[in-house]
Amino acid sequence: MALLEVEDLVKHFPLREGLLTRVLPGRRRVVRAVDGVSFTIDPGETLGLVGESGCGKTTTGRLVLRAIEPTSGRIVFDGEDITARPPGQLLPFRRKVQIVFQDPYTSLNPRMTVGRTVGEPIRVHRLATDRQVPDRVSALLDMVGLQPEHAGRYPHELSGGQRQRVGIARALAVGPRLIVGDEAVSALDVSVRAQILNLFVDLRERLGLAYLFVSHDLGVIRFVSHRVAVMYLGTLVEVTSTAALFKQPLHPYTQALLAAIPTIGDGRTSIFDQARLLEGELPSPIDLPRGCRFASRCPHRFARCDEAEPRLQAVAPGHVVACHLYEGGSA
Amino acid sequence: MARPLDAEALPAQAPATVATPGTSTARRWWRRFARNRGAVFGLAVFLAVVVMALCADLLAPYDPLIQGVGPANQPPTWAHWAGTDSFGRDMLSRIIYGARIALVVGIVAVLLAMLAGVSLGLVAGYYGGKVDALIMRVMDGLFAFPIIILAIAMMAVMGFGVKNVIIAVAVGFVAPFARVTRADVLAVKEEPYIEAARLAGVSGPAIIARHVLPNVLAPIIVQAALRVSGAIITESGLSFLGLGPPPPTPVWGSMIAEGRNFIVMAPHVSTIPGIALMVTIVGLNLLGDGLRDTLDPRLRR
Amino acid sequence: MMRMTDPVLAVRDLVVEFTTEDGPLRAVDNVSFAVGRGEIVGLVGESGAGKTLTAEAILGLIRRPPGRVSGEVRFRGQNLLALEEPALARIRGKDIAMIFQNPGASLNPVFRVGDQLVEAMALHLGEGRGALRRRAEEILTRVGIPSAATRARDYPHQFSGGMAQRVMIGMGVACTPGLLVADEPTTALDVTIQAQVLSLIRRLARELGMAVLLVSHDLGIVSQMCHRVIVMYAGRVVEEASIATVFRAPAHPYTKALIACLPGLDEGGRLGAIPGVMPGLAALPRGCRFHPRCSMAEPRCAVEEPALRPAGADQIAACHLIP
Repeated sequence: MALLEVEDLVKHFPLREGLLTRVLPGRRRVVRAVDGVSFTIDPGETLGLVGESGCGKTTTGRLVLRAIEPTSGRIVFDGEDITARPPGQLLPFRRKVQIVFQDPYTSLNPRMTVGRTVGEPIRVHRLATDRQVPDRVSALLDMVGLQPEHAGRYPHELSGGQRQRVGIARALAVGPRLIVGDEAVSALDVSVRAQILNLFVDLRERLGLAYLFVSHDLGVIRFVSHRVAVMYLGTLVEVTSTAALFKQPLHPYTQALLAAIPTIGDGRTSIFDQARLLEGELPSPIDLPRGCRFASRCPHRFARCDEAEPRLQAVAPGHVVACHLYEGGSA
Repeated sequence: MARPLDAEALPAQAPATVATPGTSTARRWWRRFARNRGAVFGLAVFLAVVVMALCADLLAPYDPLIQGVGPANQPPTWAHWAGTDSFGRDMLSRIIYGARIALVVGIVAVLLAMLAGVSLGLVAGYYGGKVDALIMRVMDGLFAFPIIILAIAMMAVMGFGVKNVIIAVAVGFVAPFARVTRADVLAVKEEPYIEAARLAGVSGPAIIARHVLPNVLAPIIVQAALRVSGAIITESGLSFLGLGPPPPTPVWGSMIAEGRNFIVMAPHVSTIPGIALMVTIVGLNLLGDGLRDTLDPRLRR
Repeated sequence: MMRMTDPVLAVRDLVVEFTTEDGPLRAVDNVSFAVGRGEIVGLVGESGAGKTLTAEAILGLIRRPPGRVSGEVRFRGQNLLALEEPALARIRGKDIAMIFQNPGASLNPVFRVGDQLVEAMALHLGEGRGALRRRAEEILTRVGIPSAATRARDYPHQFSGGMAQRVMIGMGVACTPGLLVADEPTTALDVTIQAQVLSLIRRLARELGMAVLLVSHDLGIVSQMCHRVIVMYAGRVVEEASIATVFRAPAHPYTKALIACLPGLDEGGRLGAIPGVMPGLAALPRGCRFHPRCSMAEPRCAVEEPALRPAGADQIAACHLIP
């Protein structure tokens, strides 16, 4: 059974309009940040959610955590529908799903020691007596590669990488089954990023954690994910295993994304290959075009693309794409 | 015990390469503070006033209430370093005892205002919405009144006396504290660690107490230091108008008022309390500014 | 530093020092390199390595107290460090262009974009307003902004990140400079937009024969864009080589380790992470600055700081392990 099941998740943010627009009849404009997203995550699996800025991946991560309320759709975790559960009853859920934030410098309370920060979730959920907490904290710090002495330090005494480890320890404190990584390594230097990514993989193997790894960096996603979901302007355009995505990307946007990653070394391809350079900019998530959202920038656009939005369809086992090029179920 | 999973982590023996080794935070703050000469002067003034207030019994040469210890309206002499007032009371002793009232009113009023204002600001800022709107509109109402007018109105209802002066001044200062607190709470609220606490299941009031309050404290402390001088001025103003503690209690404001009639013949009766007041106010302001300069850059991490 | 005939930019023994509460700290410690005409040179390092400060020192943007800059920065033979601000301002913007990470911070939000372009040119070119306005539109078209005439009348907030960066590039090349200094120009941009902007920079460099100094932490971008790369660590240059060489046969252990950190073509396994953290300027280790984190460190690495020495035909590195 899937650990997390997300069905047709939608989040529309209302636009703050002027007084007149609010009073006059007509449809209110909204920002369609997440517009019908569905996916599953199995226990122990890492799903990489990738896309560029404004695609809705961060919002999706927040929705899964119930940090913000969905406009519509279903979220089923461990067999229980938690979509509409009132906030007061979410405490047990909060033990099972946790988050690691992007910015190590603002994700820790500067006035709290590491020990208190990591110990707080343990106390809130009453997972140990007051006397046991320091030992638990030490064990968690050890698990993320820090020393027990770090418990008495304040965030400003630690480096970015160390702070991020504290953030991970805090997330692990309640013993979650799924961790949402919100650009969890994007703000780190390259060498530190590698350390933390290794840590994520080690923890996954040791604790059987599932991850929803949100990132704009395909290299990172490739390293850490079992499966990848590519997002564009609020919808998923392609979902498949990591291997398949990088070996045979089907959606034109995925292809452009991969072509744009600057790779190094002798085997590299140029990112300046004219045929693959995407022209133009993203359309606004407020006034979306009628047909496929990617049509305005797609090199393979044809008539059908402007008429109807393509749906996610299976093109190969475990590989779904939302593109009219593959309509009928085969490439 | 399990071995660290990520063997590449930095061992604790190596110094944290971020903080400069060797200096404690408190010492750095003091060094920063001490560089500002005005602030150091302010601190000296503040400490002097505190000493005066606490050790008034030891320092004052005469009993401040006894009349006729010297000829009336006598300018400063060796016997009376600050001269005497129209009742023949020793000015120096009255000024020293006056420091007590000034300090007590100033500090207690500000503490009360801080308690009420910060609480309101925390609630308004964190919960937002209607609660915020309601609280801030009430604060706006309070703000609209000049403090003196407000104090006069309250005293007219409550009557005179030190306690009522304190309450009147405190009420006048609640709004600024609420505003400053709320502004900082709004900023802190958006920080990821607040969301982290929420997602860990920490309750609203616990978040406010453990996460929000400690991080908005610095500007509040600066406000408090700056407001003490304002409180003292307000209290002196009220005393000057005759609304303060009743005579013969030595209060700088009423001392200045008493000397009004003799301003030409015996200027020292009004001037010397005036100078004491001025030095205290300027000193406290410099101290407040110094605190702000010391603490604020630290906030911008 | 490697020899070059007639470079556009020649930096020699550049030192940037700051007086702090902990005494004087050298953020840039004897850095030397050169950039030739039409060449794109990458200045690479992690945060704290001193690469941005190097770029700022070259542009004369370091405030003299509390900073102290010494050494030589020769642009077309002239030492910029010896110039006073008015003379420097004439060169900056005309002969030396600069673009930074956040285009929003460099564009004035209350003026139209076309007007800002005109202003930038009016300072350096003696033409009339009408002619300058036409030029501005040409530039906008040249940097790939569609409907240039209309867009020139728009305000900065109406431009997306990628478009704003194109405007900045346009402003930079408006007076056909000889040198472009770009500090993390695409770090804040999406990867598909990044490819467009980098492509633009490359094209312009070719068309105008500009020398380009590209400061970046991203080895991938550097690999795609640059002819040569200079690797910095804790304020010093640790390696300089041609692009092909540095990725095929990096000489310095830090460079090797940095390349190994990148999640690249191989799948799974572990990333070759570098233990520890770059030392802060106030706590530099004795000897080689990298030795505490180096897997190949020898005893002398903790005592003596290695000087830059030849490691190949077009390569120098500062490491004792190089014969």
